[in-house]
Amino acid sequence: MPAAIEIDHLSKQFRLYNEKVSSLKERAIHGGKLTYEPFWALRDVSADINEGETYGILGRNGSGKSTLLKCVAGILKPTSGEVRIRGSLAAMLELGAGFQQELSGRDNIYLNGSLLGLSRAEIARRFDDIVAFAELEQFIDNQVKYYSSGMYVRLGFAVAVNVEPDILLVDEVLAVGDAAFQRKCLDHVRRFQREGRTIVVVSHATDVIRQNCERCMVLSHGNVIAIDEAGEAIRVFLADLLGVGKPEGPGEEGGGNVIAIGTVRTEHTGSGSRPHLYPGESLTVIAEVDSLAEVRDAAATVAIHDDSGELVFASDPDDPATFIELPQGGGVLHFDFPEVPLLDGTYSVSVGVRSLSDTAVYDWKDQEAQFEVANPGRTTGRVRMPVGVSFRVRSTGTTGEVPVVGPTGGPSSEPPLSQAAS
Amino acid sequence: MSLGALEPAAAEPELPVPPGASASPGARVSRATERTMTVVNGDLRLGPRLRALWDNRELLLLFIRTELKVKYKGSVLGFLWSMLNPAMVLGIYWAAFSVIDRGGGIPRFVIWLFAGLLAWNLFNNSAMTSTTVVVGQAGIVKKVAFPRELLALSTVGVAVFLFAIQVGVLIVVMAALGMTPAWAYLADLPLAIVDLIVFTSATAIFLSAVNVYFRDTQHLTEVALMAWFWGTPVVYAYGSIASLVARHPSILFLKYLYLCNPMTPIAMTFQRAIYGKASYVSPAAGNTAHVVTPLLPNLSVGGYALGLVALLVVSVALFLGALVVFGRLEGNFAEEL
Repeated sequence: MPAAIEIDHLSKQFRLYNEKVSSLKERAIHGGKLTYEPFWALRDVSADINEGETYGILGRNGSGKSTLLKCVAGILKPTSGEVRIRGSLAAMLELGAGFQQELSGRDNIYLNGSLLGLSRAEIARRFDDIVAFAELEQFIDNQVKYYSSGMYVRLGFAVAVNVEPDILLVDEVLAVGDAAFQRKCLDHVRRFQREGRTIVVVSHATDVIRQNCERCMVLSHGNVIAIDEAGEAIRVFLADLLGVGKPEGPGEEGGGNVIAIGTVRTEHTGSGSRPHLYPGESLTVIAEVDSLAEVRDAAATVAIHDDSGELVFASDPDDPATFIELPQGGGVLHFDFPEVPLLDGTYSVSVGVRSLSDTAVYDWKDQEAQFEVANPGRTTGRVRMPVGVSFRVRSTGTTGEVPVVGPTGGPSSEPPLSQAAS
Repeated sequence: MSLGALEPAAAEPELPVPPGASASPGARVSRATERTMTVVNGDLRLGPRLRALWDNRELLLLFIRTELKVKYKGSVLGFLWSMLNPAMVLGIYWAAFSVIDRGGGIPRFVIWLFAGLLAWNLFNNSAMTSTTVVVGQAGIVKKVAFPRELLALSTVGVAVFLFAIQVGVLIVVMAALGMTPAWAYLADLPLAIVDLIVFTSATAIFLSAVNVYFRDTQHLTEVALMAWFWGTPVVYAYGSIASLVARHPSILFLKYLYLCNPMTPIAMTFQRAIYGKASYVSPAAGNTAHVVTPLLPNLSVGGYALGLVALLVVSVALFLGALVVFGRLEGNFAEEL
């Protein structure tokens, strides 16, 4: 099968000028000499995107994913290499880009449609569909500047999807509009998929990629670090984000006390075979603790933060289970979580030892170790919450509610995941 | 725990398989191979780029229409306003020169002025607006792929539209004054207009790209255009330069330099055809015999055409050169804006 898009050793260099000179006058002052550092936004990127495939490009901000999309769309010219595209292509980098405020919705449909490569006749043929999709029949002859932002976005989307391209490039635009509109957009993306069109989605959100894409490219600092099936690509992306393999230096914070916490690491059910754990698996946080003297009144604390630094969990300081006695010389501290109910994400672990008798903190290692949860299922959100579904017919008689659908015995208290896995 | 095994099963129902994808892959392959192939690379060859401009001519017309609509939307007098500026310029120069200098002695000076301004206004309008057109349309330049030269060309299109209206006004004024053009020399006019449009396009494309990188280009352009205007025979006649050089042979090089200005032959052709005369005769008064004052080179229709053909070659070369410059600069437009 021929590829819809062949990306062939594509590189893109930007020049980062040490001093931004944007006028001839300034340039003359600098004597015509400008120093700049070459910055490779993309380095030797190659990939084949098959026809009919929904392909993700994943990377954090600044990884070059948007640059890649712009190169494929023809908005940026690559420094070297090329992209070969079979079929018509429409890029949705921003909805309603190129709308002229002073013009009516009608005129803007023609302008935007032409920009996306439609001929006048084609636009005229699709005009009614576009207006109907945007739900703007009444306002189509009003100037766009009087539109609400919702109307504006609807019109932009309506034009873009009615271009009916063979290849659609989407840059996180699906994240706009209200819930109903987002559903409509997603429905359209699904229809495009069913019709065998090629879709390329650029995102830094793993759930968008997981829900929509079959294969995915992961970019990091302009380099391709993985091209794989979506789940595996997300794993690589998270590993990159986390900096697995990064050497850990000795911790300096809060040291110099009787008790010093050494290395902190995590272990989980699948340790050894895979770096990530699945939701619901057990996790152990292990901390080396050195003690200069015997300490009898200590308490251990553990806290978990997500990758944006939000506290997810902190242990109860008054829980007697966290009280510990340390002999001189120290030992190894274990925190056992029998079940981690978190979904996708990278989490960091902080470990501390404090005194029970006063407020003194012996040592605190802030976000010292990391672990990563990869969710193989299609559940999204932050936590894993088992849910049972049942449906009951509203009864008018005396028999009460009769369960029609669902596990026998009403709503299941059993988590569906483990049910399916058993 | 065999949660991993759940993955494909959970993914299946939500990932729609395109109908026919599995059933008849062969059909889809043939559909793909007959599709047009687009190649995006750093290639700057002129052939494909000129073809892209031609393929997008509908978009160019739409840009021009949009620009005109946006410009005059909401103003009651609409296009009348667009005539106000050239009318004012014409009026001021006419008043200044005919009152103070008696129009340099040129009879029917207003028509002389009008003929030259017609050509100059087209060039001037486009050159002025082109500097900011790419920067002004940053929204689409950053988000949509299309030949960006169209933005520069749209300023030429708008200027041509205003030019056409001014021609209409000129015809009315000439008819009112009972003046006739030099019919034979009108044959040179289409070629002069082509020269003017090609040269203006080259200028517009060049300026629009350069201004993205050097934002003061627009201010420099304003100043340069002012000097350029006075270096072009519009409010005065070429004849006065020629007779000046004739009296001072040492500055002959100035004459050639003057003729290197592409706007000079264009303006002179407009004047020759519309004003109709290459010289005027001052009637004999008192003891002086009548004097013949040359305004324009005394050349045949073919003579003017020859100069215009040479200029066309130069203009096309400049146009292609501007496309090359634009092509080199446009690769990073989306980043620079």
